[in-house]
Amino acid sequence: MRSSSMKPKAKLSCSDVWKLYGADSETFLKNRASPGGEDLERAGLVGAVRNVSLDISEGEIFVIMGLSGSGKSTLVRCLSRLIEPTGGEVLFDGVDLLRASERELIEIRRHKMGMVFQHFALLPHLSVLQNVMFPLTVQAVGKVEAEEKARDVVELVGLKGREGNFPRELSGGQQQRVGIARSLVTEPDLWFLDEPFSALDPLIRREMQDEFLSLQARLHKTIVFITHDFDEAVRLADRIAIMKDGEVIQIATPEVLVMNPATDYVAEFTRHIPRSKVLTVAGLMKPELKGKGVPVAASDRISNVAKHIIASDEPLPVADETGRIIGSVDRVTVAGTLFESGKTQ
Amino acid sequence: MKTRGERQTLFVWMLIIATIIIGYYGRDLAKLLDARWLIKFPSAWVIRFNVEISAAMKWLVEDAAIGPISFTDVTRGIAWLIEQPYQLSLALLADGFIVGQGAEAVPVLPAISWIVVTTAVIALGQYCRDWGLAALVGACFLYLAVFGQWDSAMVTLASVIIAVPIGAGGGLLLGIWAYRHPVGERILSPILDLMQTIPIFAYLVPILFMFGFGPVSALVATIIYATPPMVRITTLALKSVDPEILDFGRMVGTTRRQLTWRVLVPSSSQTLMVGVNQVIMLTLNMVIIASMIGAGGLGFDVLAALRRLDIGAGFEAGIAIVVLAIAVDRLSQAFAERIGHIDRPVTGSWVSRHKRTTLVGVLLLLTWVLGQFSPLLLKYPESQTITTGVFWNDTVKYLNVNYFDALEALKIFFLTWFLLPIKKVMLGIPWPLAIVLLSLLGWRAGGWKLALLCLGLSGLIAVSGLWAKAMVTVYLCGASVILATVIGIPLGVLAALNRHAGTAINLFIDTLQTLPSFVYLIPVVMLFRVGDFTAMIAIVLYALAPAVRYAAHGVRSVSKDLIEAGQVSGCTRWQLLRHIRLPMALPQILLGLNQTIMLALSMLVITALVGTRDLGQEVYIALTKADTGRGLVAGLAIAFIAIIADRLLKAGARNARIRFGLES
Ligand SMILES: Nc1ncnc2c1ncn2[C@@H]1O[C@H](COP(=O)(O)OP(=O)(O)OP(=O)(O)O)[C@@H](O)[C@H]1O
Ligand SMILES: [Mg+2]
Repeated sequence: MRSSSMKPKAKLSCSDVWKLYGADSETFLKNRASPGGEDLERAGLVGAVRNVSLDISEGEIFVIMGLSGSGKSTLVRCLSRLIEPTGGEVLFDGVDLLRASERELIEIRRHKMGMVFQHFALLPHLSVLQNVMFPLTVQAVGKVEAEEKARDVVELVGLKGREGNFPRELSGGQQQRVGIARSLVTEPDLWFLDEPFSALDPLIRREMQDEFLSLQARLHKTIVFITHDFDEAVRLADRIAIMKDGEVIQIATPEVLVMNPATDYVAEFTRHIPRSKVLTVAGLMKPELKGKGVPVAASDRISNVAKHIIASDEPLPVADETGRIIGSVDRVTVAGTLFESGKTQ
Repeated sequence: MKTRGERQTLFVWMLIIATIIIGYYGRDLAKLLDARWLIKFPSAWVIRFNVEISAAMKWLVEDAAIGPISFTDVTRGIAWLIEQPYQLSLALLADGFIVGQGAEAVPVLPAISWIVVTTAVIALGQYCRDWGLAALVGACFLYLAVFGQWDSAMVTLASVIIAVPIGAGGGLLLGIWAYRHPVGERILSPILDLMQTIPIFAYLVPILFMFGFGPVSALVATIIYATPPMVRITTLALKSVDPEILDFGRMVGTTRRQLTWRVLVPSSSQTLMVGVNQVIMLTLNMVIIASMIGAGGLGFDVLAALRRLDIGAGFEAGIAIVVLAIAVDRLSQAFAERIGHIDRPVTGSWVSRHKRTTLVGVLLLLTWVLGQFSPLLLKYPESQTITTGVFWNDTVKYLNVNYFDALEALKIFFLTWFLLPIKKVMLGIPWPLAIVLLSLLGWRAGGWKLALLCLGLSGLIAVSGLWAKAMVTVYLCGASVILATVIGIPLGVLAALNRHAGTAINLFIDTLQTLPSFVYLIPVVMLFRVGDFTAMIAIVLYALAPAVRYAAHGVRSVSKDLIEAGQVSGCTRWQLLRHIRLPMALPQILLGLNQTIMLALSMLVITALVGTRDLGQEVYIALTKADTGRGLVAGLAIAFIAIIADRLLKAGARNARIRFGLES
């Protein structure tokens, strides 16, 4: 498990971010330190984002999840300052985004941020290649250089040969590949994805998730990923923030969310997720160094190695990232996780 | 037990009926009471706005100045700016290039040959859609040549070519401004509202006064008339760009200019082209009216023929306008579709990539060079033209000889039982009663603000001394609107309920809408000669479309659940229509009625030509005498009538929507 003590430097962090919709929301917020839901209701305001503080580390996949209307999109748009937050602070690489001038903001967005949209947001009048080149064209990068870079990323997302097509001639999955390629062409450090796969069929969605993970394995971006699908969150996330009515209720690794939900709401969310898909070997490991045979990695999800462990008569050794044996895991514990449906503890 | 609101409504209805009865006997009543002032606004109370306005306009044109720049400099500057491209396009299409003045004038280059223009539109049609469209527009232009309308048509086209880019481009810029700056929207929105309700006739005279009689005045009027929808559509199109696209644009770090021109405008280009098409249609619509203040071409031909009552010639020129309008309309629509549909880039040399352009260019050079030897290449030979004027005159003669009694009977029937009674009521209503009634209606529909507006505007009409003429206007438009509604709403309902009928009715309405307004007048004058009845038929034909369209749309958009609920509770088809479809469609129908009234008022210009004694005639006289004050006051009176009708009906439609829970 990742411990908070060796926390890497935060790439993007925000504190006390609020976004209220309604008349005079700013004065309202100034006059109250921390208004509750009832206060907002009485003032006739909508609290789209309420008092959110986050730290997102370099190279992390940070997933924000919550039901529709819980404020995920609004939060991400506050973090990228597409929406002006009503209050709070957003630091990106140590720069206060909310104080940045229009010019500075344009520079940051041109070079350091990329975003993928739920409904792709492709420009209908441009071909695939022109769409992907667009962010570079805006920066007045030379045509030859821009085209070369664009061709590279188009190939990276597996659309080689489709450069001349127009968005309406592509399937949903292919369109989102264009969206992804377009957001990567400027080589941003910080990558926002707002429900990128929600508009796709379940099969395509899984395929895209796999490709997304392999892309990230090569690119090591800092990622803020929105979804309302807990399965997806678990598959992709290093950490998950759960939102409800504009508030972040809990931020934790998938494993902790399942094992130690902060509220009944979170517990309800996680209930239908098979434990084995969330728990890592480390969570079931016993510290005795007695196992025999090929070791399993401590960070593996149980569901991925279960077959292996169950097939072995003896407990298997568990190794950490460096390959050092740190404990063992036996088939009884694993079987218990696989077949039980309620809480583990 | 009736609620208070119901009692008030009842009261207003009773008052309306009472007013109608009083109006019918108004003349006798006034005589009986010896109070003629009741139906005739006392001339001692009239404020002579027209004199003051004339003086003010005179001052504006002769003396007004900010520093060294006088008002006339500004208008001259605008005129110059419009004049230059117009002269160029006129030379290219109609007059040819000439150096020198008067007797020493030497032609340098003839106008583009009819062969080249026709080839060019055929190529454009093929490029925008297919050979079918190419054949259609080619046939249209050939028609113009063969039937001897070429020269006038090219003069008209030359002004269309200038008015459309200015109108569409200016509208686009204004629309973008309104989209980007809330201030812009706040300034433009009420102006656009007003422009939509004020008939063109109202601002012809001031334009004439500022720019003088001539093509520039006509272009200015056309542009003012054709631009507002473009502004609206632009703002609407930009607002309806997918918010994700907007976010995307900002997220890649576009500057404001890049965001507008590289993201928003291109991604809404299809809607924008609908606006451009509107501009084109309105421009063509203005062709005849514009010729009243100096445009030449087909519009002038129609107008002149109407003035001479030369039906044949008028009809020929009128058909030519229709043909031109159809060609331009279809081309611009196809072009709009084409824009959202870009081809993969073709490789090869410039010539092989631009085959059509090359062909047209080569043809142009050939005709210019060889035209020196064979004038046929430059100009369609006059001896080969066909004239249909005689044919039309004969047809009319034949119809009039053989069906005179039937036509006359129809006319007299309508006059006796429909038009004259309404006229009698309108002219008989005592003006104080009318003003009170309007204010009451305003108060019922929209509260005291609307009541004040109605009171103020109708009061102004009264004190301007134009009450009687305004009432003739209301009578003529009212009768036409009633007829258009009575015909249009059933047609609309039918179109919504029956698919086959729907297709046929749509085609009919589409055709009606493509025709410039004046064209309706010609065949009607042919059959019924001048007079109120003729004016009424022309207005009904012109104003029918929105009544049908809105009724159909309203009936179609009644929610499926409601219909099913009705069917489940055992309604017959008739009951469904009577109790569910029609009441739910009422707000839409009212909006359609509003549009019908606006179109009817904008046709007032016609009534002038057929000799009715209303506000249209007033403006027309002012136009011929260049009497600014008189024209402006009459124009404003028309505008006031339009505004009162518009605001009352809009408020009524809103109330209906609230009553049916479609809006809160
Ligand atoms: N412009 C606005 N004005 C008023 N309320 C708004 C506005 N934009 C968003 N909201 C409200 O803020 C809340 C959060 O919206 P948001 O779009 O962030 O939700 P979301 O979690 O992204 O939902 P989804 O999964 O449907 O995309 C919603 O209740 C929404 O109604
Ligand atoms: Mg969202």
